[in-house]
Amino acid sequence: MSNTTPSPLVSVEAVHKSYGALEILKGISFDVSRGEVVCLIGPSGSGKTTMVRCINHLETIQAGRITVGGEMIGYREHNGHLLELPESRISLQRQKIGMVFQRFNLFPNLTALGNITVGPVRVQRRREAEVRAEALELLRRVRLADKADNFPSQLSGGQQQRVAIARALAMKPEVMLFDEPTSALDPETVGEVLDVIKELAAEGMTMIIVTHELGFARDVADRVIMMDQGEIVEIGAATEMFSAPRSDRTRAFLQSLK
Amino acid sequence: MVDGINIDGAFFLRYLFNPPAILWQGLWLTIWISIVAQIMGMIVGLLIALCMRSRHWWLRAFGRFYVWIWRGTPVLVQLVLIYTGVAAAGFYKYPDITIGFFVLTGPLQAALIALSLNEGAYMAEIFRAALGSIDKGQFDAVKALGMRPVTAMRYIILPQAARIVIPPLGNEFTLLIKGTSLLAVIGIRELFGTIQQLNAATFRTFELFVIAAIWYLVLTSIMGFVQRHIEAYYSRYDPPLSSQTKARVKMRGLISAQR
Ligand SMILES: Nc1ncnc2c1ncn2[C@@H]1O[C@H](COP(=O)(O)OP(=O)(O)OP(=O)(O)O)[C@@H](O)[C@H]1O
Ligand SMILES: [Mg+2]
Repeated sequence: MSNTTPSPLVSVEAVHKSYGALEILKGISFDVSRGEVVCLIGPSGSGKTTMVRCINHLETIQAGRITVGGEMIGYREHNGHLLELPESRISLQRQKIGMVFQRFNLFPNLTALGNITVGPVRVQRRREAEVRAEALELLRRVRLADKADNFPSQLSGGQQQRVAIARALAMKPEVMLFDEPTSALDPETVGEVLDVIKELAAEGMTMIIVTHELGFARDVADRVIMMDQGEIVEIGAATEMFSAPRSDRTRAFLQSLK
Repeated sequence: MVDGINIDGAFFLRYLFNPPAILWQGLWLTIWISIVAQIMGMIVGLLIALCMRSRHWWLRAFGRFYVWIWRGTPVLVQLVLIYTGVAAAGFYKYPDITIGFFVLTGPLQAALIALSLNEGAYMAEIFRAALGSIDKGQFDAVKALGMRPVTAMRYIILPQAARIVIPPLGNEFTLLIKGTSLLAVIGIRELFGTIQQLNAATFRTFELFVIAAIWYLVLTSIMGFVQRHIEAYYSRYDPPLSSQTKARVKMRGLISAQR
């Protein structure tokens, strides 16, 4: 074996994304290794949400390539052009990428348990009894064992977000994407959600997390990526970046959060 | 007693409480035509609504065209055109279709086609409004789980649309039940047609049409009762709809009632 460095689980290479004439992502590149936790920070409108949504092809891209586990997401390359894959193929790819949204997006017509089991049962066609047992175990892990039969409308924001995390985990994804998982929450419920994510990090889950919680980023992130105006300004370890930012833009952003 | 009033009370009571068999048959025809046309109308309506939400412009154009045609012309004209007109022009002669013991006559075929396609246009608008009112985040969430569109519709989107659709749907069904009375013009002996037939034989016009009105009232009232129960079932998991959605649904109800 000549190459001993393992290939990254997630690889983002020179991704360009625009809405019409407006370029939102201007050539973003970064890698995430298996088991690594990467936090995305940056001012509002810098393209963080757009970036994570490109990783499971909720957004199209105009150039570049995104791979997860070596497989190119959403497209195949043909004579240097990107050709979108068929829906069936993209659905398969999305099953290995878990996503947690800022506003939870739980299914209001299903109970907490139903939200967690619907993916494995209806998408992965796994046996209901087996999935149900796993879902109850997941609910226990996010400390909501007693809420299995509650509908989302009967849960607090923090509880809904923990169900949303369990729903994503139930698909046994290889990587989890979080888009500001706590910014729609009441301050008193932020901690319970962050604790769950920290536990996932400790268990070795690969995660890409958009967050404004610097303390949390310092605790969980192996690396922090600072974005501004559709570009990566700085990549580094949290402690170094937060105490001694190399870029003026990072310094200004960190200052604005104080 | 005012002089000149001519009501046969015994006739009225006899026909109301002990109706002849043909009246029962007419009533049954009204009921099953309404139910079948409503179900087919919902299927057509859902397909047209999905067309109108398609990312292909030609499907959207087709959806809008469909709704424009069917809502913009009277049911009576559609009915006569589809039955008499199509047969007269020689496109299709409506031969009887035998399904087991049951014979679907030409007029019944035409009636079901016309009512279903017409109802489809109204249901399309209702489904479109309902699908449009579902949070965009739901569509992100089903995709992120790797759900295919049909699975997502079946388990996530349609159940949420259902609770929005049910109030105007009840309204539509009531209109459809009443609308079946038009089928008499193509010779179908549903409730109204039967009453007309009895009237031709007995000339007890007032008594017979009061009885017709009573039967329509019974049908539409049962419908209202069933609707309230279905509504309660579908809202079991949620606090009341946001006032904005509620207002929109109410508006739709008003609009669809105006035909
Ligand atoms: N559908 C869209 N059409 C046009 N522009 C869009 C669309 N979605 C996002 N944008 C623009 O893309 C830019 C990046 O948005 P994005 O949501 O990715 O930023 P963000 O870093 O997540 O910001 P925030 O911290 O506020 O969530 C913004 O300028 C936004 O206005
Ligand atoms: Mg964002």
